[in-house]
Amino acid sequence: MTAYIVRRLLATIPVMAVVALFVFFLLHLTPGDPAAVIAGDDATPAEIEGVRHKLGLDRPIYEQFGIYVGNLLRGELGTSIFSNLPVIALVKQRLEPSVVLAVSTLLVAVVFAIPMGVIAAWKARTAIDRIVMGFSVLGFAVPVFLVGYLLIYLFAIELRWLPVQGYKPLAQGVGQTLRSVVLPAFALGMVYMALIARITRASVLEVLSEDYIRTAHAKGVATRSVLLRHALKNAAVPIVTVIGIGFALLISGVVITETVFNIPGLGRLTVDAILKRDYPIIQGLIILFAAVKVIVNLMIDISYTFFDPRIRY
Amino acid sequence: MATVPDAAVPVAAARREGVLAWMARNPTIVLGSAILVLLAIAAVLAPWLADDPLSFEPINRLKRPSETFWFGTDQFGRDVYSRVVYGARISLVVGICVAALATALGLALGILCGYYRRVDAILMRVMDGMMAIPSILLAIALITLMKASLFIVIVAITIPEIPRVVRLVRSVVLSVRAQPYIEAAVASGTRGMRIMVRHILPNTIAPLIVQATYVCASAILTEAGLSFLGAGTPPEIPSWGNVISIGRTFFQIAPWIIFFPGVFLAITVLAINLVGDGLRDTLDPRIARRM
Repeated sequence: MTAYIVRRLLATIPVMAVVALFVFFLLHLTPGDPAAVIAGDDATPAEIEGVRHKLGLDRPIYEQFGIYVGNLLRGELGTSIFSNLPVIALVKQRLEPSVVLAVSTLLVAVVFAIPMGVIAAWKARTAIDRIVMGFSVLGFAVPVFLVGYLLIYLFAIELRWLPVQGYKPLAQGVGQTLRSVVLPAFALGMVYMALIARITRASVLEVLSEDYIRTAHAKGVATRSVLLRHALKNAAVPIVTVIGIGFALLISGVVITETVFNIPGLGRLTVDAILKRDYPIIQGLIILFAAVKVIVNLMIDISYTFFDPRIRY
Repeated sequence: MATVPDAAVPVAAARREGVLAWMARNPTIVLGSAILVLLAIAAVLAPWLADDPLSFEPINRLKRPSETFWFGTDQFGRDVYSRVVYGARISLVVGICVAALATALGLALGILCGYYRRVDAILMRVMDGMMAIPSILLAIALITLMKASLFIVIVAITIPEIPRVVRLVRSVVLSVRAQPYIEAAVASGTRGMRIMVRHILPNTIAPLIVQATYVCASAILTEAGLSFLGAGTPPEIPSWGNVISIGRTFFQIAPWIIFFPGVFLAITVLAINLVGDGLRDTLDPRIARRM
């Protein structure tokens, strides 16, 4: 087991190296002069030179690469062109809302989608199953901003139950924070719920046709227990896998959801960076998000042994 | 995704049992295609169906949906209906171009990977790295570095879609390569190129068609998302994402600016997914039986 974890940890190194290389060469291989594009249409030649200097584009390419790799290894993600602050510092300021949003979304999705999937599988080919599957097909199609604005309209403007937009930090009370992330978490959770419900249904349905399920029924185990203890537990591996795959959706979704709900998190940092064309911030965020994704996938791989003791490494 | 049935199965089946019977058995494909055909007609006939999407009349700012302005107007007094009809052009063009480019490039790379071990080792590491980057951020990075244009948007959305196509094609190639008839072809001296084109390529077509529909749907959503964030199609082009982005500021008093393009976007993606799901079920009955 330990050997496996070490091996998997080592395997993340080439992935992150490719990400780092990719991000570096993106700046150098794009056609045109990135310094001129980043400085904007109204920039004077001096301003363009300033941007070029800040990005280090005026140095020889091997030197730039050396500095870039050295910074990354020391855990430095670069410096913003406009505010001159290190990207890490900017990320730290904006981290809390995004993490709270991502975790609540994950919870909302899992808590709603898994029971939906299990019930749909149990009542396969009935009206309940059709409704769940219909919801799942719809969930994939409806963009997060449409769900977001519909939820705001219904629950914040018409019913006035929840705040329209914005985020209350945890320091001001957990209750207020939760109130401010309910709508964004549901809006963002929709795709996720669709994905998890669909895979839960398919995977539970497959397990339900196994002999040991029939045995469990025959020896008089209650249906609830058959579904949860026998079926769901054995169907867990594909479900956990899809939660990992969906994590990518979650990251992209966070950026859009934060814009819809005016949440000052990493997504807003990204959008502000787009508007100012602050490439180092975007570059740093890519490396950061990729690292998070790689770590999540690693944890999921390791969790398989917990759900299915037959899997040994 | 192991062995793959002939791509011509649905066509042959349709010929045998008659088109109507085939349509009755595949309601999702028919419904999805019908919606897409209507949208495509609207996109092509936009100049006749709608007014100039760019003309603005400040007197008619933020008008509710009415008989003159079916979908209302935005804060510049532009007709949201006209902008939505013209927006269908952008969404369909982006969806189709990205699907075509990503499948073509993914197919070429995937076949190389599946066939040449050495290429495989390097290319798959690159693909793993690319897949670790959230697609919307990769697109944002590309767009930040280049002057905004529809072409750049298409390229930026295509690149992150490629790795998944490569993986799919590669898995098909690897499983087909292990078949005895490939061994026989190699033994009888058939050249590598010919084996790829004549024996391996046809097997990838069915899963590729299904994958292309999903790439198309995802590209349309990504374009809208990028435009919504201000990193997509240049704002002077009326795309659904741009219309929604404009509506953000006045959302509380003029929700229709966001609502109509949003619903069109959802219906389009839904229709494409219906076609995709339907094709997946007919082209690969093994999965269909399980679902």
